Amino acid sequence: MIGASLRTSLSHVVLLTTKELRSLWHDKVLLALIVWVFSGGIYSAATATSQELHNAPIAIVDNDHSPLSQQIRDAFYGPYFKTPELIDFDQVDPVLYAGRYTFVLVIPDGFERDVLAGKQPALQINIDATRMSQAGIGDGYIRNIVSGELNQFVSGQLPVSELPIELVTRNKYNPNLESHWFGSIMEIISNVTMLAIILTGAAVIREREHGTLEHLLVMPVRPTEIVTAKVLASGLTVLLAAGLSLELMVKGVLAVPIHGSVPLFLVGAALHLFAATSMGIFLGTVARSMPQMGLLLILTILPLQLLSGGITPRESMPDIVQTIMLAAPTTHFVSLAQSILYRAAGWDTIWPRFAALLAIGSVFFFAAVVRFRRSVAFA
Amino acid sequence: MNTAATPVVRVTGVAHRYRDIPALRDIDVDIPAGVMVGLIGPDGVGKSTLLDLIAGARKVQSGRIEVFGGDIGDQRYRDRIAPRIAYMPQGLGKNLYASLSVFENVDFFGRLFGIERSQRHRQIDELLEATALAPFRNRSAGKLSGGMKQKLGLCCALIHAPDLLILDEPTTGIDPLSRRQFWELVDRIRGRRAGMSVIVSTAYMEEAERFDWLVPMNAGRILATGSPEALKQDSGSDSLEAAFISLLPPELRGEHHALTIPPLASATHDLAISAQGLTKRFGDFTAVDSVDLDIRRGEIFGFLGSNGCGKTTTMKMLTGLLPISAGRAQLFGQPVDAGSMAVRRRVGYMSQAFSLYAELTVLQNLELHARLFHLPETRIPERIDRLLARFGLSDYRDVQAGQLPLGIRQRLSLAVAIVHEPELLILDEPTSGVDPIARDGFWELLIELSRQTGVTIFVSTHFMNEAERCDRISLMHAGRILVTDRPQAIRDAAGGVSLEDAFVEHLKAVAGTPAADTDRALSAIDGDAGTPDAGAPFSLHRLLGYSFREALEVIRDPIRLTFALLGSALLMLVLGYGISMDVEDLAFAALDRDGTPASRDYVQNIASSRYFVEQPPIVDSVELDRRMRSGELSLAIEIPPGFGADLKRGRSPEVAMWIDGSMPFRAETVGGYLQGLHLQYLTDLAIRTLGDVPTLTPADLESRYRFNQDFRSIYAMAPAVIPLLLMFIPAILTALSVVREKELGSIVNLYVSPATRVEFLIGKQLPYIAVSMVSFVTLLLVTVYVFDVPIKGDLFALFFATLIYVVTSTGLGLLVSAFTSTQITALAAAAILTMLATVSFSGLTDPVSSLEGPGRIIGDNWPATYYINIVRGIFTKGLDLGDLSGDFRRLLLFPPVLTVASILLLRRQGR
Repeated sequence: MIGASLRTSLSHVVLLTTKELRSLWHDKVLLALIVWVFSGGIYSAATATSQELHNAPIAIVDNDHSPLSQQIRDAFYGPYFKTPELIDFDQVDPVLYAGRYTFVLVIPDGFERDVLAGKQPALQINIDATRMSQAGIGDGYIRNIVSGELNQFVSGQLPVSELPIELVTRNKYNPNLESHWFGSIMEIISNVTMLAIILTGAAVIREREHGTLEHLLVMPVRPTEIVTAKVLASGLTVLLAAGLSLELMVKGVLAVPIHGSVPLFLVGAALHLFAATSMGIFLGTVARSMPQMGLLLILTILPLQLLSGGITPRESMPDIVQTIMLAAPTTHFVSLAQSILYRAAGWDTIWPRFAALLAIGSVFFFAAVVRFRRSVAFA
Repeated sequence: MNTAATPVVRVTGVAHRYRDIPALRDIDVDIPAGVMVGLIGPDGVGKSTLLDLIAGARKVQSGRIEVFGGDIGDQRYRDRIAPRIAYMPQGLGKNLYASLSVFENVDFFGRLFGIERSQRHRQIDELLEATALAPFRNRSAGKLSGGMKQKLGLCCALIHAPDLLILDEPTTGIDPLSRRQFWELVDRIRGRRAGMSVIVSTAYMEEAERFDWLVPMNAGRILATGSPEALKQDSGSDSLEAAFISLLPPELRGEHHALTIPPLASATHDLAISAQGLTKRFGDFTAVDSVDLDIRRGEIFGFLGSNGCGKTTTMKMLTGLLPISAGRAQLFGQPVDAGSMAVRRRVGYMSQAFSLYAELTVLQNLELHARLFHLPETRIPERIDRLLARFGLSDYRDVQAGQLPLGIRQRLSLAVAIVHEPELLILDEPTSGVDPIARDGFWELLIELSRQTGVTIFVSTHFMNEAERCDRISLMHAGRILVTDRPQAIRDAAGGVSLEDAFVEHLKAVAGTPAADTDRALSAIDGDAGTPDAGAPFSLHRLLGYSFREALEVIRDPIRLTFALLGSALLMLVLGYGISMDVEDLAFAALDRDGTPASRDYVQNIASSRYFVEQPPIVDSVELDRRMRSGELSLAIEIPPGFGADLKRGRSPEVAMWIDGSMPFRAETVGGYLQGLHLQYLTDLAIRTLGDVPTLTPADLESRYRFNQDFRSIYAMAPAVIPLLLMFIPAILTALSVVREKELGSIVNLYVSPATRVEFLIGKQLPYIAVSMVSFVTLLLVTVYVFDVPIKGDLFALFFATLIYVVTSTGLGLLVSAFTSTQITALAAAAILTMLATVSFSGLTDPVSSLEGPGRIIGDNWPATYYINIVRGIFTKGLDLGDLSGDFRRLLLFPPVLTVASILLLRRQGR
């Protein structure tokens, strides 16, 4: 008896899923959008910057015109910095205000003379601190570069003490800290989430606006089956697109080395899609019209994307935000994607993330099923 | 008036096709002026297409159509004569706006035709009076009954006093009383406005009797033309219906014969449907008021009543779609239970609205439903073939349901409802818009189902001849059942009149006679109502008309408005707090292979900084690897054995730092921190051991963090979130507002009115610009007062820049709407296309000048790039208009480009 009813349920789900896929196939503009986000979108996002500090715009005020100042000027080059522009001292404020450069170095008059005289002259680094991503990192790079040049210049001329402890830093998993390794994967993740929610949520609204949902509900089909079919159809589409994108775009065109297991990542992606599509359906039952759906989408998707740890580090967020974001599937997905794809983590270390995704997905799934019939009744 | 000499419409050699399906084949006809002309024929024969073409709502594909003597295919001519034509498209209230009130709907149409305010208001009052809609002037159009919607549609069409009135199936799906009132109204209007030409299409032959001149159509061709009498005479038949059938090609005529209904075997007293005191309340509105129903098995039970009287609601409660407010209902002796699968399999339901999957083909729709109802796989092909044949769908089996003409779709819905051979059929107006032959064919099937297989049929209808065929009928009005009996008994009780008259009497008894003094009231339409700018190429009037209507719709949707205003403030709070570029509290642990006080001191130095939080120490390299792999540690410090001893002897021991590089930004920042902490430690160590500071570098490097001395990311981020939010929300709302009209059909008002694309698009854009500006003020307040980020620069310049920016982002929404046709695609396109560019390529985190490749190109041409620069400049750098003139100049380029592109891409006519 139970076996038979399970079989009917399964056959319903297969039928309804086929129907959903056919509908999607029919909408060519939507398909084109899906293809674009997983190809061109990923490519442009990944290749926009190759390192964290990349082509940083820098200007130098050289009031010294000495061999040393020339040496410092020559030390800045790509890919970290753009070729420095020489500007006058009275230009410093205007160019910073206009946002033309992130960094302006000021080498004072008599700098070389004072260095050689051991007078410890000061070299000024002006930083546009509103450019958070470049400011801090760039400051460190500039200090390293300038100290290196200074030390080389004075070596043999002045006594400089050797460092009593050597510091060796190594970056695991991404030795040269290439941004596109990170950017491409995070872009896939954010596309997966956005599409999953849009496809399912909007599909629910559309079925309701066209009256087809009502039609389904008078047939011997359970809301669970309808919801499952929508989750499956959108989930499979996006999973396929993401998988292809990972193989062809990320590994192929962008040549990002993937250390971990792609199948394990795809299992994680499938779980994430379960959660995100369920969330989409839930939103679809809450919104009464497509414009409302659009607003709800923005209200949920922006925090999901920006606070998941995929853009800025999770540790830096206030505790309360970190705690709340534990309820978001993206947080777990970003974390497991980083673990699997970069750090080659295995099942034993990331299973809690899988469990969390499953739990979040189930909550939204059942909430969606419960709201489903009610939302039709009051539409 | 010389009707014969100058036809109002002259159609020459017109053919039209939708993709591969021909709708009109080589039509030639001259339609006389000043009379009432009827296009008659079943659905799907091309009536609507022909009317669309005459009204200018569709582009003429081949041939030529002259209206008032000029070519309607010529855009400029069309704009000039648009005020002389009024068009009411097919479908109840299709060109009305559901959330607007009766008054506001007519008012909007008045604005579109540039009628000046006081005149407009006077005319609206008169029209509403004449159509007896005056008591409902503040009710929203979506809540009107079908008959009232059509009257409102007529008011909207008549507001500009047209010379040619085109009505596409105006009475389909309306109850007999409303239908009668509608035609009386049209007659009186024609009486007042002599010389007005009216072209009507209808599937009701009895209505066509009252028209002056008829154009029977079939399969995209015109069968004949002439007055009803002439047509009847030519074919030698006594009714129009018979005359029409005789005009059809023989192969279509063949099957038709009069229906005979065998009497119902009265032995059974089993009840299929039983309801007592069934009641449904929506809020304080009672839609169904204690209805009692007892329907025996095998009975054909008819349900009549005006639209909106509660028929559909009753049916929905019986199918379990709507919860019951009070009373009880049983199907086959079991209480109606929304969850019961067994009962659903015994019931077939066909809803009033077309509810099949438009993207699936006819065959796919039938197969889907057959399988969902568990027909044995082996029987499905045979069953479907039989249904296809029975319903004349064989030619359409591979056509998508959405492409079918209305009547054919209706047949498909029917076929779907009975695919699983249910015991009880609940059919909500199944034959609305279906031609007489198909209707008879359908009833033949119903009778067969009832009499031969004992299927119970509960059917609602507006057709009296269908009501006559039922075993019993109920008349419903305003949620109550007025009478239930055999049709003959009802007629006898009313004194032997026709069933229609009997019903009209019943309805009048409860509804009261509508107090409409038409003749006095209709002076409005006597003269030329249009003002001189009615046909002008651009009119601010019409533009503001669109704005006003859109604004009303936004205000009527409080949820949308609240989200748009407060939602952005809420997001601002969440993102402002959440997005932080400050890297702090990173987890680290040490693998201390030395274990001396010196090594512990070094680790302590790292642990005491605010950037790092120490975790339990690491035991060996395997554990180091495992803990970093799991993401638990962002940093591991490895101190070699003999560290303390080497340090003492000046042998420069090496400390190794392992940084998790999977998030490059974090890794870079950590690297910077470590350099700093290391040097600091060495300096401290030197002071402690040597007592003075060694020279580590020969010069001091002074870093000056400008504009944000504390290097707090909130100063940089809060202003940057404003551009983000003012991009998405306006773009999505504007895109949806246009595509919504396309999807729901009201875009036809743009096609047939003198309104231009510029007026339509900019008119729709204005309210969203206003909403966005209000939203900007809330964002500003949150930034300044909640996040304590002061505005150092020119506030006026900030407002000015924001205005240009929201014009741009709403303009982007318009552009998206131009190439999308469904709301789902518009939503996806607007979200996807704006998200990546704004978040990644416009300088939110990395400055655009550091980008390369396609990202750089997008960033350089994306409005947010310049706006972010302006907002940050004004907030943190205290700049003014002059300092930012470059960014302003670039930003100002976007609105005109976007507007022109959207206008060029928007179609001015249907295809």
